[in-house]
Amino acid sequence: MSEQKIDGFELKPGFKGMASDTGSDQTMFKGVHWGKAMMWIFLLSDTFVFSCFLISYMKGRGSTIVDWPNTSEVFSLYVGGVPVPLLLIAIMTFVLITSSGTMALAVKYGYEKNRKMCGWLILATAVGGLTFVGMQVFEWSKLIHEGVRPWGNPFGASQFGSFFFMITGFHGFHVSIGVIFLFIYTYKVFAGHYESKKRGWFTKMKGDYVEIEILGLYWHFVDLVWVFIFAFFYLW
Amino acid sequence: MEETNKMEETTKKDEQTSTQKIGIYLWIWLLLFVLSFFSYMVDWYQFQGMLRWSLILFFMFLKAGLIMAFFMHLFWERYALVNVLLWPMTAIACFIFLMTAEFKYTLFSRFFYFVVGGA
Repeated sequence: MSEQKIDGFELKPGFKGMASDTGSDQTMFKGVHWGKAMMWIFLLSDTFVFSCFLISYMKGRGSTIVDWPNTSEVFSLYVGGVPVPLLLIAIMTFVLITSSGTMALAVKYGYEKNRKMCGWLILATAVGGLTFVGMQVFEWSKLIHEGVRPWGNPFGASQFGSFFFMITGFHGFHVSIGVIFLFIYTYKVFAGHYESKKRGWFTKMKGDYVEIEILGLYWHFVDLVWVFIFAFFYLW
Repeated sequence: MEETNKMEETTKKDEQTSTQKIGIYLWIWLLLFVLSFFSYMVDWYQFQGMLRWSLILFFMFLKAGLIMAFFMHLFWERYALVNVLLWPMTAIACFIFLMTAEFKYTLFSRFFYFVVGGA
């Protein structure tokens, strides 16, 4: 969260503030840590990558003359002999939202310099992410076992497999990278790197809890992408 | 030196006051659970057609908006950052519009040449 006051100067709010920030012949994002601005720019470019995937999926699904597989049936799990539609996907969604919530709280406790609480919450987020990836592995192996391939599948239009593996694979890759960084930052928080102002890797930047907010931005973005994948790929 | 220390202390204090109350995060968290549950119910009750698509889009945009506004703090950021991030989304909207026209044309030609058998 950026301050509304910098060096005693009151910053104007709203569009007037935007005009004066942009035309100030100084740094444009006032009160925003450079790392945070860079993470946002990266997330913007990542948004375009995922948009291209989802738009190509729309184009592929819309232009095939063979029926698209019924995702409700393809992704159903049998519980006591009864098929429950999208059960695993629903659980994955709830796990990811849970981890997003713990991350938001970790950022809050980080800014309040509550080291222990911040560390435990990041660890909980990492465990949630790991659970998500684990369930995705289960989902993939189940579908591969049922004969879904990038070039064809027994349920309908042959494009289904390639879009499924591409989109969920790229998202799962983001989650995996996120989990690795969450574990690293769990260590950094518990080791007190932000109290001792220890420098990070490849940077002269002194350790600060703003890094937790930057990590949080990435993690919430992963959750955000899942919201769109859940809506367009699984529910549509 | 002492003055810079003092300045650091005051900025620290400012930072502390700028964090949000825990209640707002818990409310957003709960709302996200409820909205996800609703969007799952769309599939559970097998709504079809326009009702299904409009409900899916409604819950999706609401969830995305809540995550971006509160979890990613955009609601509290300055407009200079918010506008830089949100305006490029119009390019995505244009791309969706273009590709909609494209898939309709592809579908038409596939029907025309593969099913009807051409002119």
